[in-house]
Amino acid sequence: MFEIFGIPSQALFGQLLIGLINGSFYALLSLGLAVIFGMLNIINFTHGAQYMLGAFAAYLLLQLTGLGYWPALVIAPILVGLSGIVIERTMLQWLYKLDHLYGLLLTFGIALILEGVFRNYYGSSGQPYQLPPSLSGGQNLGFMFLPNYRAWVVVTSLVVCFGTWFVIEKTRLGANLRAATENPTLVRAFGINVPRMITLTYGFGVGLAALAGVMAAPIYNVSPQMGSDIIIVVFAVVVIGGMGSILGAILTGFGLGVIEGLTKVFFPEASNTVIFVIMAVVLLIRPAGLFGRTA
Amino acid sequence: MANVAEPIGAPLVRASAWSETIAFVIMAGFFIVAPVFIYPVFLMKALCFALFALAFNLLIGYVGLLSFGHALFFGWAAYVSAHAAKVWHLPPELAILTGTAAAAVLGLVTGALAIRRQGIYFAMITLALAQMMYFFALQVPFTGGEDGIQGVPRGFLFGLFDLSNTMTMYALVVVIFIASFLFVYRIIHSPFGEVLKAIRENENRAISLGYKTERYKLVAFVLSASLAGLAGAVKALVFQLASLTDVHWTMSGEVVLMTLVGGLGTVFGPVVGAFVIGAMQNYLAGFGQWVTVIQGVIFVICVLLFRRGIVGEIAHLLRIRL
Repeated sequence: MFEIFGIPSQALFGQLLIGLINGSFYALLSLGLAVIFGMLNIINFTHGAQYMLGAFAAYLLLQLTGLGYWPALVIAPILVGLSGIVIERTMLQWLYKLDHLYGLLLTFGIALILEGVFRNYYGSSGQPYQLPPSLSGGQNLGFMFLPNYRAWVVVTSLVVCFGTWFVIEKTRLGANLRAATENPTLVRAFGINVPRMITLTYGFGVGLAALAGVMAAPIYNVSPQMGSDIIIVVFAVVVIGGMGSILGAILTGFGLGVIEGLTKVFFPEASNTVIFVIMAVVLLIRPAGLFGRTA
Repeated sequence: MANVAEPIGAPLVRASAWSETIAFVIMAGFFIVAPVFIYPVFLMKALCFALFALAFNLLIGYVGLLSFGHALFFGWAAYVSAHAAKVWHLPPELAILTGTAAAAVLGLVTGALAIRRQGIYFAMITLALAQMMYFFALQVPFTGGEDGIQGVPRGFLFGLFDLSNTMTMYALVVVIFIASFLFVYRIIHSPFGEVLKAIRENENRAISLGYKTERYKLVAFVLSASLAGLAGAVKALVFQLASLTDVHWTMSGEVVLMTLVGGLGTVFGPVVGAFVIGAMQNYLAGFGQWVTVIQGVIFVICVLLFRRGIVGEIAHLLRIRL
């Protein structure tokens, strides 16, 4: 046991780890937002609610069918992703020609509906979700105790984030996607089904949010307002990073999570607001965001 | 965004304004007769929200800026005026002015930050800054945390009129509302308002014509924030309460909903929307969480099928300006 800046190392590294965990969720969610925004030109306000849906899907799978964490990790994102595809086909697709703000208003309405329905049945208090037994316990690293599950969350989200980055930036599918973002009409002329690509992109982005939700379920309680709590922070993350760059979204997400964790150690009163303050500072210095392209 | 087929807000065509005059007379007449058959406290609540929605509509309807953080100005003005009336023992007119001034200052700071980005980023920034000030309200002692500031004295207006009398209070709310309504009407029909609409339609062109659009947007933002603050300050006196509900993001969502239902960019839309949503909340209060769900459904329906809103739809059908 030793001290850094007068703070016990356990506390410091513990908060750093919590920061990394939060950062994983920020990164996964802002990545999904950026991917969706790139293709649909819509800010998906429902993203937080879909993160909540992922957690509830895991919870309900366990309660109703007895399926545990590992099946839920696959099934929940698919189910929620499919629900996203339904939303895109029935509602969002009619808005692409309108002002972007209508997309924000519509997805805000859907978020209200989802949150209201779940709060009606499950109340405001959270439901506990058990850790998977294979990931309980932890490692003593000498300077801190590292719970296995938290290590798993950080590593998994890193893998998923960089996997997404690789697919979009380095593969043929990703090249088509990026081309369709730049000029959908031309890409359609090449015989690529752009509307289907848009639908699947939305489903994928929503699936990412649900995946984050499943991973969050054992750490935080599963509660109806978990989505609206996090989505506003993620919006700030997106403003700071700018949505032009996938890698930027990932880096900003993890970085801000860590900064938030450190603030909890050194200046706990500001831990709720530090990300918003950073956003204000970034807007003053670099209005386009850290990784944004200046328009 | 050049290829937008259907922009948000009022059309630019200028027709004769007789329809607006008639609608105004009907509205003012309604406010005079209404307390006879409608519960005055409900009317005052609806009027405060109508003023709030008018302020919000000034930005979305005439500058094309969607602020998702207007609860910040509404709620903080409520806190400041409640504190001024209760702790500093200021008379009501000064308490309201103090709250409004606080909202103007907050509007200047947040506006200067938010107008650095356009479109949906603007909405996200205002939402994030409002959330920051929500957490701040939760932490600083003077707001009373979860309890809010309760038992705010209404006091004597100009030392003469006893506002604890419901009808006197109602009269004050109506006067403030009508004055603000005419003020907003004047703004949107002034040369300044025309520049705002030009910015909404095509900001780059407005810049190339030599307008310092940032400055126009900031002034519009501060005006809107101050009026939202006025609404919050009056609300704090009417209900003798300023609480966290007023600064929460759901309040920002509600004002968006009211304006959307009434009609974005219409003069009377926010007023109609505030009364419709207010009445709905009153009648559905027993349904608990389902009210949120119903509000969400109304959002979805309005955006998909009913983008002109109630007043916009009437104006469109009758081919008049409202």
